[in-house]
Amino acid sequence: MKKIGLIGAGKMGISHLAILGAHPDVEVIGVADTSTIVTDVLKRHTSFDVYSDYLEMINVKKPDAVFVSVPTKYHEPIVQKLLDRNINVFVEKPFSLNADNGQKLMDSSRQKNLYNQVGYHNKFIGTFMEAKRIIDSGSLGKLQLFSGNMNGPVVTKTKEHTWRSKPEEGGGCLMDYAAHLIDLINYLIAPITAVHGADLMSFYSASVEDAVSCLLETKNGIHGTINVNWSDETFRKMTTSITILGSKGKLTVDATELKVYFKEAQPIVGYAKGWNVRHINALSPHVDFYLRGEEYSLQIDHFINVLEGKAPNTINTFESALQTDKVIQQIKNHKINQL
Amino acid sequence: MNRILFGDNQFFGVNHVSDEKARQQSMRFKEDISILQTIDVAIEEGCNTFMCTTHDRMLNIANLIRNDAEKYDKFQIYPCLPYAHKYANAVTELGIMGTIKHYVPGNFIGSLFKGGYAMVSKDHVKMMELMIDAELKMFKGISTPVIFLQNVITDLLLGLGMKDLLKAFDQYIRRKYNAEPGYITMNMPKLVDMLASQGIYHPIVSSSINYEGFRMSGGISMYEQALKSGRVRAIAMQVFSGGATSAEKALEYVCSLPNVESILFGASSKENIHQTVTLINHYDKKYHYKTA
Ligand SMILES: NC(=O)c1ccc[n+]([C@@H]2O[C@H](COP(=O)([O-])OP(=O)(O)OC[C@H]3O[C@@H](n4cnc5c(N)ncnc54)[C@H](O)[C@@H]3O)[C@@H](O)[C@H]2O)c1
Repeated sequence: MKKIGLIGAGKMGISHLAILGAHPDVEVIGVADTSTIVTDVLKRHTSFDVYSDYLEMINVKKPDAVFVSVPTKYHEPIVQKLLDRNINVFVEKPFSLNADNGQKLMDSSRQKNLYNQVGYHNKFIGTFMEAKRIIDSGSLGKLQLFSGNMNGPVVTKTKEHTWRSKPEEGGGCLMDYAAHLIDLINYLIAPITAVHGADLMSFYSASVEDAVSCLLETKNGIHGTINVNWSDETFRKMTTSITILGSKGKLTVDATELKVYFKEAQPIVGYAKGWNVRHINALSPHVDFYLRGEEYSLQIDHFINVLEGKAPNTINTFESALQTDKVIQQIKNHKINQL
Repeated sequence: MNRILFGDNQFFGVNHVSDEKARQQSMRFKEDISILQTIDVAIEEGCNTFMCTTHDRMLNIANLIRNDAEKYDKFQIYPCLPYAHKYANAVTELGIMGTIKHYVPGNFIGSLFKGGYAMVSKDHVKMMELMIDAELKMFKGISTPVIFLQNVITDLLLGLGMKDLLKAFDQYIRRKYNAEPGYITMNMPKLVDMLASQGIYHPIVSSSINYEGFRMSGGISMYEQALKSGRVRAIAMQVFSGGATSAEKALEYVCSLPNVESILFGASSKENIHQTVTLINHYDKKYHYKTA
């Protein structure tokens, strides 16, 4: 049984809280949020201990680990305070507003030998897990080219402002949305190390970008593009897809389907020459409690397993999330240098 | 409840195993009339109950149905609320207060902003009731004998342990709408336990039930036990979602289970609707299914 606290019970935090609440190996020791709308609801309708000051919560309750799902600009100061008190951390993506801060957090966590995880949940989606397995097997041959697309209906008209419309708070399509795609490419193919072109475009937002297009290169010299647009209402929800071309085949994957083409016979067990299609229902591991996608439960199961010493702390570490932050920073710098 | 319920996912671009298929379907059902035509096919096949989300487009469909009251005399709708994507997108775009301002109807909000935020935090049940009313307004005049809470909300309340709100939903649906409350969930056995703790016995619960155990959280055997116990009036949904199974195998499995009162399915073509209905009737005979 692990003692877990949560800071920030907004849109993302409330989902983590429900999954933690149903988890047999978790005791939720408290929830902290600065909004009285949120704390009033939790106080009146749940049995969680609710705090407006997260420091009070951790000082009183001494949790084994804390989930941090506050707006991105508060990630760094809060996570730092947790690490200072030797508390393991699960923090939402993107990790930090700038890579220097992220580096400091990673160093502290490492020095203190603490467990950490960042909420890039795509890595726990069955189709992307299978894509990782296929790519790592080498059956696509020498990788040549990738392209990533991500679309969704977040900002489809000019509207009232939230933290998502403020660049200095982690708003914008690049930090809030493209981060997922960049992180997934870093994971599936190899860390992106060079940005050869970058365009940030605004359609509806006054001070942040609504779309991002980039030319990128990974550490091992594979080139590719990403196109990300959060102002496309023809998509019902966030939709991410990646295509990877190799000397022996091609793979296209999104959260529901994996399509892979192999040039040669017997590429990898279970697959054949030509096109192969697999769907999420055949690829997703089962979960004990489902809220809105197996991946949200699986990433929490994984973190709890890490805390219990049942799994290595290797997926979605501070280190891998920092790589993603660095690419985001490079994209911004590239754009600024052009101006 | 009717044995076979016709669902709406195919109309609104929802497909659990293929985003691509979902997009194709949302193009095919661009016009409201094409949705109604497919509903008509289902009615011809004997499916007189349409279980649907309170999607904005349902208002137009409901209007078409109201305009032809005689033809849809026996027809009934099981609404499923809320249409959660709408609110989730709104919270991202407008924030929590902005969303409340935008969606909670009329004078409640007027008085709210005079009194500041204080009022919102005082009466969540009242706010929920107002939102239920707002969502159900589109079905006025159409028979809605069972009204469902969507799985995202049911399971959120379940995970957070908000038992009192589940109970408040139950009571309000009975009191105000004289209807049976129903629950959609991906965690059926856990939900049945929590409802029982609130004195809600024998609830109508719609959940994934399929041969492969897809989205049957906690495992297929827990589900089979819950069904055997007779503690739940189950609706089987996502019966084909297991993926590997043929329609025959998928439907035979569901029809062979005890206490599955209804089977929910969605399809776009006449052939698929006909095939599904025929197969269910066939296996019902084989397993001696009796109408309640
Ligand atoms: N993994 C994903 O797909 C995903 C999706 C959405 C959001 N997120 C990330 O989750 C984080 C939160 O986003 P959100 O959409 O939930 O935002 P939100 O605005 O809905 O919620 C943030 C919550 O934090 C609370 N808060 C703010 N400052 C606080 C403080 N100092 N102490 C305690 N509570 C505080 C707010 O009151 C609010 O309830 C962001 O970093 C975001 O990028 C990730």
